[in-house]
Amino acid sequence: MDDLLNLTAHGLSEKIEAGEVSVYEAAEVANARVEEVDGDLNSFVTPTPELALERAGRVDERLRNGGVKPWEVVPIAVKDVLSTRGVRTTCGSKTLEDFTPLYDASALANFGEEPVVVGKSNMDEFAMGSSTENSAYGPTRNPWDLNRVPGGSSGGSAAAVAAGEGWWALGTDTGGSVRQPAALCGIVGLKPTYGRVSRYGLISFGSSLDCIGPMTRDVKDSALLLQAIAGHDPRDSTSANVEVPDYVAGLEGGVEGLRVGVVTELMDERIDVGVREVTSRVARGLEAAGAEVGEVSLPHAYYALEAYYIIAPAEVSSNLARFDGVRYGLRVQADGVHEMYRKTREAGFGAEAKRRIMLGTYALSSGYYDAYYAQAQKVRTKIIEDFREAFSRYDVLVSPTSPSVAFEIGAKTDDPLAMYLQDICAVPASLAGVPAISVPGGLSEGLPVGVQLMGDHFTEPMLLRAAHAAETAAGFEFSPRP
Amino acid sequence: MISEEQVRHVASLARLGLTEDEIREMGGQLDAILDSIEKIRQLDLADTPPTANPLNLSNVLRPDEPRPGLPREEALSQAPDPVDDLFAVPRID
Repeated sequence: MDDLLNLTAHGLSEKIEAGEVSVYEAAEVANARVEEVDGDLNSFVTPTPELALERAGRVDERLRNGGVKPWEVVPIAVKDVLSTRGVRTTCGSKTLEDFTPLYDASALANFGEEPVVVGKSNMDEFAMGSSTENSAYGPTRNPWDLNRVPGGSSGGSAAAVAAGEGWWALGTDTGGSVRQPAALCGIVGLKPTYGRVSRYGLISFGSSLDCIGPMTRDVKDSALLLQAIAGHDPRDSTSANVEVPDYVAGLEGGVEGLRVGVVTELMDERIDVGVREVTSRVARGLEAAGAEVGEVSLPHAYYALEAYYIIAPAEVSSNLARFDGVRYGLRVQADGVHEMYRKTREAGFGAEAKRRIMLGTYALSSGYYDAYYAQAQKVRTKIIEDFREAFSRYDVLVSPTSPSVAFEIGAKTDDPLAMYLQDICAVPASLAGVPAISVPGGLSEGLPVGVQLMGDHFTEPMLLRAAHAAETAAGFEFSPRP
Repeated sequence: MISEEQVRHVASLARLGLTEDEIREMGGQLDAILDSIEKIRQLDLADTPPTANPLNLSNVLRPDEPRPGLPREEALSQAPDPVDDLFAVPRID
């Protein structure tokens, strides 16, 4: 059964479809792998082996009658920020240690009535961080090197996929939280267009930025998982009422004549040399495959990180107001409601959550609003204009996903600013709401490097086709680690 | 420079309890972060409109029709301190 571990999700799905293996057997393989490696990795806050087997058995029964979607048969890891009916959902926070949602997030409900969930994966608290060290449930370790971080905030999902604890995972990306951990763990991570996937049932961080996305072994799996979760949802007023195309069909169409621009501002000395080399090599690979490759400028990318670190904290300071000890989550009893709020929030939130609440509240407070929050929203407009200009000349933009390979656990925990710099390549696409995908491009210092491809709003079919070509050019072979 | 008094004020706006150590540390960290953000304040964007949502959606409405909500027991099932089928809070001061 071990060879099942080496399959992609679409490969496993085909085997199950052909009757060579059951969903139940696949779930057993995933559970055994979690048992084997998760003591070291800590990919999961809550593994759910019994739930996976129970649901796998029922999917097997339904398979006999037909009508089961190809993705439904493949066990999946789900980031602990997504609500799962009857399964506790902590969001990496002490404040939700005993919280059990009443419904499934729409993305998961779209995937299937009874998704075969192998576990709820670890994450930075409320998805704020780039290393998964901000989890109240301990850090996750990188399957490539246990002394290093897997990236974040979807570090548990990335490590689970890289280690073969399930075949794929859902993550969420506000300022790179799918793409950067995918890059650091040698897997594929896609942040779809803002609004492409419903946020209903996703515990909110930055509501104008949050996107749910696939974390997978290859680009075809990414297309298949996006197919499963995408779609309009009246319960999320920001979800896009745009038809969902076929993401898988045109995947292997190639890049002949595709115009590819390498982003100058994201290839400067802030990016490690080894990472730049891998990115350039993949760009040359796209050129060899028939693409027209040039250089493109996003002048306001130099201001994206700063704008992001005002907008995201401002939004989260408002979103985290709901954790007040009244309707769900932790409560610390006190005499008087205001003291109860203060004590509950003091005990429930970790250091980074507190820092962002403070930063966001400050940026929104009277006298500072125009100087910080309104200014950042204007920078956002400039960044969108930069992208519009770039997409008038290029179909796909290319850059590194992260400025470095995986760093050592503890290396940046005392320096929030150094940690924030991990996001410099990822936040421009987040602010513009455009889709972006990280594909493993090769190794530097023996560790995986991700190359980022960005497209215009709702161009995922073209973006995935380009990513497939990039993946082919890079020739990076997936195998579960450690 | 952000004073300790400002840190206490912002924490109070956010209904966030902080220890004395956290208050001291927070001032310096917020200063460092705000310093790094300073450069966007130098940009002249007087004529640039703000963006709140990348798809420029506004006023998305659903039909105003009654629909079933969560049953009361379910809605209260996660409450830390429900009393008489209601969410209860301490004295409002």
